[in-house]
Amino acid sequence: MPSVDTVHEVQALLQAAFAGAPGAHVEVTDLTGTQDHLQAIVVSPLFAGKTRIEQHQMVYAALGDLMRGPIHALALTTRAS
Amino acid sequence: MSDTRTRIEEILKSHKVLLFMKGTRQFPACGFSNTVVQILKKEGASFETFNILADPEIRQGLKDYSSWPTYPQLYVDGKFVGGCDIVTEMHQAGELSAVLSGATAS
Repeated sequence: MPSVDTVHEVQALLQAAFAGAPGAHVEVTDLTGTQDHLQAIVVSPLFAGKTRIEQHQMVYAALGDLMRGPIHALALTTRAS
Repeated sequence: MSDTRTRIEEILKSHKVLLFMKGTRQFPACGFSNTVVQILKKEGASFETFNILADPEIRQGLKDYSSWPTYPQLYVDGKFVGGCDIVTEMHQAGELSAVLSGATAS
């Protein structure tokens, strides 16, 4: 069972990893109300010069074990600005 | 582990456009896998699918191989192209057909 706080956990992890720079923005939404189908929009200067695959890999790396269990699906949009 | 890697590389070599997915193209077992199947059909691409639900070794091994924790995963000429979000974005931006036609032309 996913924790009731998965959305907040994801938001906190992504903010810690990507929101340090000016202009950064992290937005996590629970698509189904069940805490396991999430949508994340991450805007961060850290993505500059990276391919989409590299940007998404950076997000997955930041989420670590969450991607291996609690989160069934994460619709991901990443942008440098 | 290295056996798994060898198996993955052999599977990747066997098809130019290969979609690792949950279920099959006739019976996708996941909405995201189905989305990519529909996009590939719309692109008119010739592609093969691999049902990772039927192969736990590849299911886990490919995640490690690509540093990508979810399915579907699309490969063209053995190179990882992306998951559902990236393939959808590329399709909408008109970038996917170039990647796919590069594969079928060569």
